[in-house]
This record gives sequence, structure tokens and C-alpha cells, in this order.
Amino acid sequence: MPKGPGEKRQWQFLERMLLIRRFEETVVKMATDGHFRGHYHLYIGQEGTGVPAIAALKRKDFLATTHRNHGHILARGADPGAGLAEILGRATGLNGGRGGTIHLCEPKLGFLSTSGVVGGCISLAVGGGYACAQRRDGSVTMALFGDGALEEGVSYEALNIAALWHLPVIFMCENNSAGAMGMAKGGYPSLVHASKNLLLIPKSMGIKSVRVDGVDAAAVHAATTRAISLCRSGRGPVFIEAMTPRWAGSDPLWPELATGITDLRMATGGAVPTGKHQAWFEHYDPVLRLARELANGGEESVHRLSALDEATRKRIADAADFALASPLPAPETALNHVFVQEASA
Amino acid sequence: MSKQSYAAALVDALHDAMRSDPRVSIIGGYVLGLGPQRTLTDRLKQDFPDRVFDPPTSEAGNAAVGVGASMAGMRPFVDLGTASFSYLAWSQLTNEAAVAHYMTNGRLTAPVTFHMLHGVRGGGAAQHSQSPHAMLWNAPGLEIVAPSTAADAYGLIRTALASPNPTMLVSHAKLLGIETEVSEKKSAIPFGVADIKRRGRDVTVVATSLMVPYCLTAAEALAKDGIEVELVDPRTLVPLDEKTIIESVSRTGRLVVVDECPLRGGIASEIAATVAERGFKHLKAPIVRVTRPDTPVPFSLPLENFVTPDPEKIAAAVRGALKAG
Ligand SMILES: Cc1ncc(C[n+]2csc(CCOP(=O)(O)OP(=O)(O)O)c2C)c(N)n1
Ligand SMILES: [Mg+2]
Repeated sequence: MPKGPGEKRQWQFLERMLLIRRFEETVVKMATDGHFRGHYHLYIGQEGTGVPAIAALKRKDFLATTHRNHGHILARGADPGAGLAEILGRATGLNGGRGGTIHLCEPKLGFLSTSGVVGGCISLAVGGGYACAQRRDGSVTMALFGDGALEEGVSYEALNIAALWHLPVIFMCENNSAGAMGMAKGGYPSLVHASKNLLLIPKSMGIKSVRVDGVDAAAVHAATTRAISLCRSGRGPVFIEAMTPRWAGSDPLWPELATGITDLRMATGGAVPTGKHQAWFEHYDPVLRLARELANGGEESVHRLSALDEATRKRIADAADFALASPLPAPETALNHVFVQEASA
Repeated sequence: MSKQSYAAALVDALHDAMRSDPRVSIIGGYVLGLGPQRTLTDRLKQDFPDRVFDPPTSEAGNAAVGVGASMAGMRPFVDLGTASFSYLAWSQLTNEAAVAHYMTNGRLTAPVTFHMLHGVRGGGAAQHSQSPHAMLWNAPGLEIVAPSTAADAYGLIRTALASPNPTMLVSHAKLLGIETEVSEKKSAIPFGVADIKRRGRDVTVVATSLMVPYCLTAAEALAKDGIEVELVDPRTLVPLDEKTIIESVSRTGRLVVVDECPLRGGIASEIAATVAERGFKHLKAPIVRVTRPDTPVPFSLPLENFVTPDPEKIAAAVRGALKAG
């Protein structure tokens, strides 16, 4: 592991990835404890994609995400307390409790509507790219969406438009279908597509397309950085397929904390991965993988890791306390915001 | 008589239809959503492995395949999943299936059945809580069915799969687990025949789908105060049994229409307009509509409750209707 700016960045990635991990572990607990209702989706196992990809963007850029948005929102710097509060439907939540887990959104950070409609994100992002092109300020839009989006017709229309008009859009397809049982076997949906090589789809439209290991934060960052620079110079769009094996907790229809609370000591030799998820701990958990690389820096790095973990746990515990103590919205406010109110426009 | 859940009756109807008609097949991997009833459909896959398809997430494509196959002589049952996603198939529903027979001077038919889970399911927020069938009511050529009980679900699904017309069947997500009385031998129920779910002299309440059990709960509370509600469940919106509704209003003189769709241009509005136009002379008081306000559905529980009709709001509206006029 090289020292210097590369290493500094790796630590920054790990900080955000761990924040997401502890956040998601808390979400499962809140769901199990009955603090919120309905289906939800966790970003565990995909932190190595969202964090470095989003880190490669600038302030002025736009993003679009999906039902699996928690990681993206946090990666971009949204407040975890407001995120958890939204998941609990509290007035202090990012969307004032109107959206819930599927719609966490932070327009201030450049997010376009967080759509729970499969295919919604990829197509809205092309609109974001259109706006960026009209602005002529070198800004870009990144769509972070699942492989399932390519089952929807609107995705083809959107890719075609982006390709025809050379729009500055980074299509970040997070393919998490590898190893998944899928809906036909009673699990959470996995890809139902005749194409076994999704890259052929954007390629057929002349869109530059690459595949990366979505568990490898450095590889994702490098690929995204290249894609963004192509887009900024009018040579977009670019399609990236980030491959992450299906995390066991997202394999059943309803999420579960299959691999338990992440034990960072597995990265430093302080704990030994065993059991049926051993391979995941050893190879596919992006947080452990990056922590392991950084821990190789020696004793000092090991200390730094455990200090980071302690600070992150505290930050999320505070966020959870804030969310749980937050009030529910006043019922009659349900009628607000159907249209823009002039005063707030 | 025994009790059965709406979901189990729905599966029985599909099973019986597939057994009796080889043209029937199913395109849809989770007809009963993601809740505990979902495994009830397993026996369809087991008994008819080559006639149940787990489709891709492609609402437009799945609907189109159903429409096309029906034009070619099949009787597909196409599940569109959460009703909010049927918008992706809007063209296939409203501008293909609905118009094919008319446009060909009656030569072509499109006997496809669509199904979707509609309504405020609880925590579904704006994008998973919609009830698009009021909009579909404005697309002439589609039959629209909204059962409220296990027996009605069974009977109306059998009729839908035998109907020569395209049919949209909506099931409220919260109805799936509700058990109601069914007879030993369930049978087909003709479209366009309302069912009076409760007899009463004071006020006519018209409701479909989940609003029917909600209205029954409200009616029981009102009965304790001596108010007798007559609850009419049209069961099918297209065709609509106007006669039974107006006949009931002619006896009670008052009408409350309850529906979970938003107010403007909604199901309650259409039924109210029909009675105002054709039964005006029977009315002793203005018609009252109990619906969702014209807002999207919010996630948070107190907000969601605020916008959703429930037995208390229905009972309050009935009391209001009795005081007026
Ligand atoms: C239009 C539409 N159809 C169906 C669904 C139901 N649904 C929710 S998540 C999901 C699977 C999405 O898979 P993918 O896009 O790969 O995202 P992942 O959850 O794997 O991250 C489906 C089918 C939906 N949200 N939107
Ligand atoms: Mg996926």
C-alpha cells in the first residue's frame, strides 16, 4: 500500500464505507425492533462501489439513486441522523418523513428525485445530463442503479438518448446478482435477463462501457474518475458495471443481518473469519478488504482503524438517538407540498 | 360455510381456471406481493410448471405480451405487481387492449386479464400506494373489477378469465390476509351485479375493495346509535350496476360514497355524478364523498393515516349526511 495522497484517500473511503456499514446495521435493528414499517434495502456489500464513485464527483454534479439509496446519500455527505429519522418517518428526517427508506433524498447535495420505480433513476439521470449539457459548465450526472433496471424498457430509451446527444452521464450499474437465489426461488429479485453480458447493451449504442470489481474501492475510483473526465470533455456518456457478489443478508426477500455486526478485528488478525460466511469476510466484504489493506501499514494503522471504528459507532449511535427522539410530523401537514408554495419557491 | 382469505380464494380461482381452460396461463412471479400469503401461489407453479412465468421487471413488455397473446387466442393472466407500476404499462392497457375490439369494427378481441395490488398498503409512500383504477375508468373498453371478499375474488376472477374482453382486476394489498365466509362450492359471479353487503334503511353507502370491510366496521359502530347503513358493493366498476345503487338510494334518500382513490375525477366522483344525474329525485340531502385528499401518499404513519379513509372517517361522514337536508 503506497503512502501519500493515495493512502489518505483510502482512509477517507474507509471512513465513509464504515459509516454506511454501521448505519445499515442500525437500520436492521430498527426494523427488527418495529420502529418502521415496510420493505427496505441495505447497501451492505456495495460500499466499495458507491463511496469511491461518488467521491470522484464535484460539488456541482448531480446524482440519481434508487430504492437502495442509503449508501449513496451518506457517501455524498448527508447527515446520518436525518437519514435514520427519515427511515423512521420523523419530522426531522431528510424528507420530513414523507419518503421513508426508499426515497431518502438530499437535493442540496445534487440528488435528483430518489425513485423507487425500477428504471426511474437511470432515465431521470439522463435528464440530469441534459441539464448539465445545457449549462455548459462541465458538470455531469451520475446514475447509481441496479442491474434490474436493464429489464425495463425505459432504460433503453434513456441510454439511446444519452448516446445520441453525447450527454455527460455516468451510468453506474451496480450488479449485485452474482450468487443470488432470485425471486423464482423465493428470494429477493435478481437479474432476469437474456443477456449474460450487460455491457453489450450500452456498447451496441456506442457508449463506452467498462466492468469493474465493485468490491475494490480503488478500482472503482479509477474507473469512475476516467468516466467523469470523458463526460466533462463532451465524450460521454460512459457505462460502468460494478460487480458485487450478493451479500447474504440481501438474498432473502426480506433483509436480515446475515453476517452479523461487522467485526473490524477480522481485518487486523484480532478475529478469525469462520463459518458459512467465511469467504465473504475474507474476500467480498469491501469494508474488511479495504481495512485489511490499510492495516498492513503496521501497528499505527491498526490503532487508527480501531479509533475510526469507535468514532463511527459513536456517530451512528448519536444519529440513532437523535432519530428515535425526533417527533413525528403533525398529521395535517400531509396536505402541504403538493404544489410549490410561492413563499418557499 | 367456512372462512377463507382473499389471497387463498384468488389462488383457488386461478387454479380452477387453469384446470378447466388450457388457454389460461400466468405471467407474474409475485401475484400476492411480498407478504406472508405469497407462498400460496406455489401450488400453481407445482401443478402447472409450464404455464406460470416469472417475468423480468418489464411491466410494459409483460402487459404487451398478455395483450398480444390474447389477440392470438390465449387467456393470459398478467400480474403487474404493485399497482403503482402499472403506469409503465399504460399504453398497453389503455391504448392497445382497451381499443382493439372497437378499432377493428368488432373483429378482434383481447381477452387478457390484468391484476395488480393497489392501495395504501402501509408505509408504501408515494410510489407504492397508488390506486390507478379510477384513471383506467376513463379508458373505455376495459372491464374493471375490485373485489372485497374471498367469495367475490374467486367468482369475479373466474368471470374475468372467461370474459371475451380485457379486464383489470385490482386487489387491495391489505385485503389479501382478510378472511371472509365462502360456501363449499365457490362459483363464478357475473360482472355488473352489485352485492348489498348490509341492509339498512337510513343511508346508502357505496364502496368497493378494502373500503367494504372498513364500511362494515363503521356500520356496526353506527348501528349502536340506531343508524342503519345499507352498504352496496358494486364489485365491478365496468360494467357498473347503476340500477342497484339508485334503487337503494330511492329507499334511503341519502348517499355516501367511499373510496381510497383521490377525490378529483375519482371513483366516488363518478358514482356520485351518476346518482345525481339519474337519481336526483330520491335525494334528501347532498351526496357525500369520503376519499383520499388530492395529495400523493406520504410514508410516515400519522401523515398516511391523515390522508387515508378509515372506519372513523366513514362513520363521521355518514352522521354528517344524516344531519344535512
Ligand atoms: C417499475 C418497478 N417494478 C417493480 C418493482 C419492484 N422491485 C423493487 S426492487 C426490485 C429489484 C430491483 O433490482 P435492481 O434494480 O437490480 O436493484 P437491487 O435491489 O438489486 O439493488 C424490484 C423488481 C419496482 N420497484 N419498480
Ligand atoms: Mg440487482
